[in-house]
Amino acid sequence: MHELSIAEQILDIATDHTAREGVASVREIELEIGTLSGIEIDALTFALDVVTKNTVLDGTKVTIIDVPAKARCESCGEEFLLEDYFSPCPACGAFQSETLQGQELRVKSLIVDE
Amino acid sequence: MCDTCGCTQPDDAVTIRKAGEEHHHHDHAHDHDHAHDHAHAHDHEGRSIAVETDILQKNNLLAERNRGYFLAKNILALNLVSSPGSGKTSLLERTIRELGGGLPVAVIEGDQQTMNDANRIREAGAPVVQVNTGNGCHLDSDMVLRAVRELQPEENSVLMIENVGNLVCPSLFDLGEARRVVIMSVTEGEDKPLKYPNMFRSSQVCVINKIDLLPHLDYDLEKAKEYALQVNHHLRFIEVSVKSGEGMDAWLTWLRDEVAAAKA
Ligand SMILES: Nc1nc2c(ncn2[C@@H]2O[C@H](COP(=O)(O)OP(=O)(O)OP(=O)(O)O)[C@@H](O)[C@H]2O)c(=O)[nH]1
Ligand SMILES: [Mg+2]
Ligand SMILES: [Zn+2]
Repeated sequence: MHELSIAEQILDIATDHTAREGVASVREIELEIGTLSGIEIDALTFALDVVTKNTVLDGTKVTIIDVPAKARCESCGEEFLLEDYFSPCPACGAFQSETLQGQELRVKSLIVDE
Repeated sequence: MCDTCGCTQPDDAVTIRKAGEEHHHHDHAHDHDHAHDHAHAHDHEGRSIAVETDILQKNNLLAERNRGYFLAKNILALNLVSSPGSGKTSLLERTIRELGGGLPVAVIEGDQQTMNDANRIREAGAPVVQVNTGNGCHLDSDMVLRAVRELQPEENSVLMIENVGNLVCPSLFDLGEARRVVIMSVTEGEDKPLKYPNMFRSSQVCVINKIDLLPHLDYDLEKAKEYALQVNHHLRFIEVSVKSGEGMDAWLTWLRDEVAAAKA
């Protein structure tokens, strides 16, 4: 369950930023999670629930922004969306592609009360 | 809850110890109270704070520090990952014995609970430190840093890091290694690379172990490689039987070549 360590890191980052901004609670946190990042969203929200008790993220709404996976074919240059790491290029059928996005794991923003 | 390993109980604190050492130091206390006290959102507009930070930033930064240290000391660090029982420890034991001190090898053993693997490595003749992750399902760069401080690997050596047997979680955590080696055994089914693509995608070498068992199995070696190449076409394969010794030459040659390349 690496989602637990991921949740810990998210809390760390949020704690850092709220301390800097001098706010005590967060209304909403936006996370960008690539669809190929290897993170189970259910496991992550569960882990966040557990680790954020009595912290600055307690009760915070978690908004997950899916980042779709995109790749560029190494033989024909086609850029395409992929659902998994082993989809062939839709234009030429080659498997050699370079992932352009979809592995993101980022805290995008915190929304706090004024 | 523990910052480094994400474990949930005090008994599961990460411990780092040398093989043969009885005591272990717990690095951090886990003391949390889990009272529920939900904050309530208000209706008016909030203010947005742009964070734009990689969630793995801390691990990645520390991994780069480890990498710099290994580079400066000319230590070739390998991260060995696989599902449980593919033969990581067996491969290390045989590697240490066959090298016979010609190329110094030190080992960091990651395991949730036991000292067994570290004891096996010590018997094979290499300095070893065991990291017990408790409930943690992977090593991270901080655990490796702490283990390295305990281990003090010599310059111009190879540092083998045996990760926790798990094909999912370790894939996200850079340890500062030069190469990631995924070990797959022929008893596991050809579709492992498709089921755990992140791990095969992030590795550079795939050791296919237990080939001595091929005559007794329906395992389709070519199919397995084909699947792995679909996930990562840069992957290079080394087929071995740690048991019979077949293919060990190719593995040791690869290892020596990597050491030589690191020096150049
Ligand atoms: N037949 C055969 N058995 C092997 C071979 N290599 C390892 N084994 C056996 O596979 C089992 C697991 O080997 P280990 O080396 O402990 O595997 P591991 O990957 O370190 O396991 P964990 O640390 O528990 O994840 C042992 O019983 C080994 O004897 C091989 O080449 N052929
Ligand atoms: Mg082992
Ligand atoms: Zn193409």
